Amino acid sequence: MSAVQFTHVSRHYGAVKAVDDVSITIAEGEFFSMLGPSGSGKTTCLRLIAGFEQPSSGSIRIHGSEATGLPPYQRDVNTVFQDYALFPHMQVLDNVAYGLKVKGVGKTERYQRAEEALAMVALDGFGQRKPAQLSGGQRQRVALARALVNRPRVLLLDEPLGALDLKLREQMQSELKKLQRQLGITFIFVTHDQSEALSMSDRVAVFNRGRIEQVDTPRNLYMQPATPFVAEFVGTSNVLRGEMALALTGQQRPFSIRPEHIRLADQQLPLAADEVQVRGVLQDVQYQGAATRFELRLDNGDSLTVSCANAFAAEQDSLPQPGQPLLARWSRQAMVSLHEPLAG
Amino acid sequence: MTPPSAPTPMRRIASMLYRRPNFYLLLLLTPPLLWFGIIYIGSLLSLLWQGFYTFDDFTMTVSTDLTLQNFVNLFQPANYDIILRTLGMAIAVTLFSALLAFPVAYYMARCCSERMKAVFYIGVMLPMWASYIVKVYAWTLLLSKDGVLYWFASLLHLDGVVDALLQLPGIGGKTLSTSNLGRFLVFTYIWLPFMILPIQAVLERLPPSVLQASADLGATPRQTLLHVILPLAVPGVAAGSIFTFSLTLGDYIVPQLVGPPGYFLGSMVYAQQGAIGNMPMAAAFTLVPIVLIAVYLSIVKRMGAFDAL
Repeated sequence: MSAVQFTHVSRHYGAVKAVDDVSITIAEGEFFSMLGPSGSGKTTCLRLIAGFEQPSSGSIRIHGSEATGLPPYQRDVNTVFQDYALFPHMQVLDNVAYGLKVKGVGKTERYQRAEEALAMVALDGFGQRKPAQLSGGQRQRVALARALVNRPRVLLLDEPLGALDLKLREQMQSELKKLQRQLGITFIFVTHDQSEALSMSDRVAVFNRGRIEQVDTPRNLYMQPATPFVAEFVGTSNVLRGEMALALTGQQRPFSIRPEHIRLADQQLPLAADEVQVRGVLQDVQYQGAATRFELRLDNGDSLTVSCANAFAAEQDSLPQPGQPLLARWSRQAMVSLHEPLAG
Repeated sequence: MTPPSAPTPMRRIASMLYRRPNFYLLLLLTPPLLWFGIIYIGSLLSLLWQGFYTFDDFTMTVSTDLTLQNFVNLFQPANYDIILRTLGMAIAVTLFSALLAFPVAYYMARCCSERMKAVFYIGVMLPMWASYIVKVYAWTLLLSKDGVLYWFASLLHLDGVVDALLQLPGIGGKTLSTSNLGRFLVFTYIWLPFMILPIQAVLERLPPSVLQASADLGATPRQTLLHVILPLAVPGVAAGSIFTFSLTLGDYIVPQLVGPPGYFLGSMVYAQQGAIGNMPMAAAFTLVPIVLIAVYLSIVKRMGAFDAL
């Protein structure tokens, strides 16, 4: 049985289609991410599952039973909010025990379970503090403990790591992933950070303008993007269209080529059988630590991004300079043919 | 960029003030502090000081001999009654105002559209633009034997209910306009906006996600109201109650125009210093609301009402 199932779900605000005919099936025990730029409908989808919004049309099933029309407090899902939404007037322990309290769990049991939940997020001993006395990362953990203490079958996370600094975010990413494996709960994770989605998820749905462009494993999403939007939003891609696509692939359809799959040369080298080559002028060189990024302008005016891993200092001496004509080549296998999504 | 020009006198003063922030602060604060210190605190202290002067009943004159007699006199049964009567009314008005104000404030803050909110703001504040005396006089007419309220009650065949209410000891009286019930209605009418606005302000600041989190964790709307909204609204209720409580304690117009005979603290002060000319006793009476409000504030503070401010 699927944990959450959307069937032709739409949510309109007047003329604005925040969610437009979305159908997805999220499996039980899955770490599922909803990825997209702001305003793409991913958070609205999460709120539809939590019950803060009701769909304009379509059906939402949670563990097989129809959830459309049910208020949030009758759904077996819990949410970790983007702003944590802790109750400012309660101690941390009461915050965590709140879900058990309103369900009528006795005082001894609920405090014991709340303590356990706090220990699970490594916050034992913080129970007597008020939320205002905690750091952002600690509040985030309290919000997580407060949701998990209810043992929900589905946990919704609305950009929970957005407010944390990079190091803390990476640490929380691996802890969340570990926690999800350990508990076996379905996690539905909303984020606009593609690297976060790729590193944590079993599957990722990429949202654009209220629609889903692709649902796939992180690996397939990166290696086999379906649409130009996915190719450019997940990682960096060169999407080539029109004449250029026709010349290189023999087809009108656009294709994408990842910057790290392209090699540069300043003179004509023999091409392998499956390789293609284009000609361009170097515009810009960016040193990025692990790699160096080159921006080329091709003869037809398109720009092409090329990324080369930085090897040894000795090789750095002969870096090409802007204005220099270069040849770029790549294997045909690295090209991914794309299709434009159907117009909405 | 323009080349730096020679500093003008204005600029020299500006940079001098910038370098001496404490002097700058002193310059800014002195006028308001003088105003506040002399006009408010100073005059209040001088008034309280006069509470120690002696009033000669015989010659009806005030002498500067110091005595505690005026403060002792506050506890005479007649004066003590005045204190209890005023305090009881202030508490009743405050409780009832909070009860009435909360739903209105909640609707304004969380339920209605921006347009409707503006309508409500005007609706709540409009009565405050009209003269207070005019409104109280209007109420004496509304509450009188041939007034609108009686007429309305008889339309609904509720004459019996009004009469029964007026029979109740402590609340009742001959007519609505001479009963404690009538006085209570007028007080509540006049001070209600002062309760609505602070509660509305507090409720508006509640992040929607906190209420959603409560529902998300399984709380029914009633549980969310009890465990989240009400506790977080306490500072607003406290702020509003300070207004309704202290304004009722100090009022001297309503008790004279509506309700049964008998002094309130305010009207007693008015009578002592105006009709009788006993300034020391009037000064002693003014101490009562100050003490009561101080006690009230300390109770409210102990209940944690200001923790969230």
